[in-house]
Amino acid sequence: MNAVISETFTKTFARTPIIKLKRQESILQIKDLNVHAKNHHILKNINLEIPKNKITVLLGPSGCGKTTLLKSINKLTDLYKELKVSGNIYIEKDDILNTQRNVPLIRQKMGLLSQKPYPLPVSIYKNVAYGIKLKGIKNKKLIDFNVETKLREVGLWNEVKDRLNSSADSLSIGQQQRLCLARGLAVKPHIILADEPTSALDPVSSKIIENLFRKLKEHYTLILVTHVLRQAQRLADNVVFMNYGEIIEQGRPDELFSYPQTSQMKEYLVEGN
Amino acid sequence: MILKRVFLNRLSGTWMLITLVIILSLPLVIGIALYLKASPIFESQSLYQLIVSTDWSPCNGNFGFWPFIFSSLYVTVLSFLFAAPICLFAAIYLTQFSSKRLIQLMHPVIDILAGIPSVIYGMWGIIIIVPFVSDVLAPLINIKSSGYSILAGGIVLAVMCIPYMLNMLIETFNTVPIGLKEASLSLGATSWESVKHVVIKKSYPGIISSFGLGIAKAFGETLAVMMVVGNMVQLSFNPFEAGYPLPALIANNYGEMLSIPMYDSALMFAAFILLVVVLVINLVFRYFIHKTQSQ
Repeated sequence: MNAVISETFTKTFARTPIIKLKRQESILQIKDLNVHAKNHHILKNINLEIPKNKITVLLGPSGCGKTTLLKSINKLTDLYKELKVSGNIYIEKDDILNTQRNVPLIRQKMGLLSQKPYPLPVSIYKNVAYGIKLKGIKNKKLIDFNVETKLREVGLWNEVKDRLNSSADSLSIGQQQRLCLARGLAVKPHIILADEPTSALDPVSSKIIENLFRKLKEHYTLILVTHVLRQAQRLADNVVFMNYGEIIEQGRPDELFSYPQTSQMKEYLVEGN
Repeated sequence: MILKRVFLNRLSGTWMLITLVIILSLPLVIGIALYLKASPIFESQSLYQLIVSTDWSPCNGNFGFWPFIFSSLYVTVLSFLFAAPICLFAAIYLTQFSSKRLIQLMHPVIDILAGIPSVIYGMWGIIIIVPFVSDVLAPLINIKSSGYSILAGGIVLAVMCIPYMLNMLIETFNTVPIGLKEASLSLGATSWESVKHVVIKKSYPGIISSFGLGIAKAFGETLAVMMVVGNMVQLSFNPFEAGYPLPALIANNYGEMLSIPMYDSALMFAAFILLVVVLVINLVFRYFIHKTQSQ
């Protein structure tokens, strides 16, 4: 798809530099995804491929449907009975949108990091162990090992190793967000869905999270929702610009931010900068 | 102009403080008044004797309150055992699993149930619950019962407490952020696992508070219970036998038996016990709330 965009781009803007895109292996494909809430058409014919081990940024103004798209991907739209979802979402060739079988297993393939950290009302240790236990692992040593590994992976181990049994609420908001990330990683997801994960954080905590994302993409695929242009520029390997429930443009960030093709994208870039 | 505004500002603040002080001092004023009116009885019997003695013969000057306290506690515990699980599961279903339309439909139903006068619950108890206890439940375990019993009181009281408890539990579960449930689901939990491990855990203080208020309300409920509980002074663990809770004792006898010496003080003491027990229940539940919150 990126190659097609590149070709169209070449024909249209012959003088602009061309960035040739390689065909990337995709981990998730979305086809004709539509979400309705009563008379409101929230997502309109979304067709999207998410490349593996890359950071895909869903960019767009507030209310454009980014979060709904994210929630459709891990079937959290099931919680909202007023939403009517249609289309297909494929992970490893399985259409996860149209199945009600093994929904917990499907969700475990995608770690969720929400706008505001939601630590479970238990200890720091139990927060990370929660998902591991749900996977059926009961061996205490194995759970301990996983908890430590994941806390180290998000750079939280040294800060909490002496108070693992303290309430997760006692952590700072930045630490809570990293704990939520560790908790998500503990179930060994393929994809990490991050919904404006730094919007509630101070600049230092935001930087830590962003650096973590850069490291994590070696092993995971990340889909990051943001409306912050600079964050998208810093992190994205692939940008999907949305507006009014539609995908307006998508491609590599250097290409998309330097040579926007639509007036909506241009306007957003001007406002964002 | 500015002086007038500052004066009005101070005045309004003072009035609000006065109303607050009135509200805060109400339990104290009630408690002191009851204690003073009940105090003559302490001249003839000790506090310990009054509370633990089972001898209730006012004509002989014996006022043992234990059968009444026991009946009150027994009816309250039974009603709690009936109402609490029903309310808990109904509230969980309404807030976590059902459609918004059902909860919108339930709210007026709960309000109607809460607004029904207790005498109607009492009448319903006499017509339905008392025969149900005597003709259906008692024969099931080969017991003879008139139906006017602790069990009937417990059932009627449970039905009366349901709207209050349910309303508070619904409010409690509604305050749990949806993001928390989403976090649990995204980790691979089922809806029930999310409710069990996250929603209920997060709602502990609210659940305890709802139960505490429900129990306190049940303990002090008078009319409906009085109509179905049998009103016999006896001490029995058999729920099919009659009992005589404290509120019923006061309501039945105040103004009727006051010619008997000390009876007036005895009833005031019964009211005082009622107040203290409700206060203790509230304090105990407050302690549990504090403990769970600090955990």
